[in-house]
Amino acid sequence: MKATILVRPKPGILDPQGEAVQSSLRQLGFHVAEARVGRVIDLELDDGDGESARAELERACEQLLANPLIESYEIALDG
Amino acid sequence: MSDPRPTIGIVTFPGSNDDGDAALALEQLGADARPVWHAEQELPDDTAAVVLPGGFSYGDYLRCGAIARFAPVMQAVARFADDGGLVLGICNGFQVLCEAGLLPGALRPNASLEFVCRDVTLRVERTTTPFTTRVEPGQALTIPIKHGEGCYFADDRLLGELERNDQVVLRYEQSPNGSVGAIAGVVNERGNVFGLMPHPEHAVDPLLGSGSTDGALILGSLVDAARERVLTAA
Repeated sequence: MKATILVRPKPGILDPQGEAVQSSLRQLGFHVAEARVGRVIDLELDDGDGESARAELERACEQLLANPLIESYEIALDG
Repeated sequence: MSDPRPTIGIVTFPGSNDDGDAALALEQLGADARPVWHAEQELPDDTAAVVLPGGFSYGDYLRCGAIARFAPVMQAVARFADDGGLVLGICNGFQVLCEAGLLPGALRPNASLEFVCRDVTLRVERTTTPFTTRVEPGQALTIPIKHGEGCYFADDRLLGELERNDQVVLRYEQSPNGSVGAIAGVVNERGNVFGLMPHPEHAVDPLLGSGSTDGALILGSLVDAARERVLTAA
């Protein structure tokens, strides 16, 4: 089973990387009002059922993959 | 110099690079600086204080300090802190302590996105911690910073809590990195764990940097407090 985890800076958290990307895009002529930069983590999981995998991934996000004080996360399971 | 020389453990993670300077500074200030490898399960028996030094532990992968937090030695550090032991985290060490939940808040990339490396002026907000007893109330310190991710973040609720509990120990005179409240260093509620982004170990020997020795006020306070612990235990 594959899992994709999206980690984003929470709304309101200063994201200087996003600001730099937004300003570069504007310099290139793209009409971008805001950019936020997060992180994608692709995981290949041992076989198991989806529900327990999701519970386990939530623990993984809380403990390591995201810092809950400053980041939100989304888990997508595939297969 | 008054005896005894308290043992201060200095943790080296893969990627730490200020462990040597921290050891040298603490030795100059009267401590017995003892290297502690990250894979150790225990701290040396007679440890009176622990320093987590600056650097780029585990390559700063994922988030600064996020992986170092799981090093075997960190469990021993957490137990030590829990027993009231003195723990100081400098720069990357501060990031590790925040990630480990031993200190509140988080450190984010600098607002400027630039790595800043220069002396800063710090205001000492609290002189009653074991890390600031040598500082006069209201004294301004000149100590260098060198970091890319030193923007301290705490949400409004946490910030209110820190202010109420008097946990903000150091503030920048002018914030170089976008930290909320210009915060440069905080202690835990109990006051035995302290983290700061500036590098006091680089401002102890007048031959280094701009020649400021203000870092000795912080590290010297730690040595005093560590010695006190040894004498009390004896």
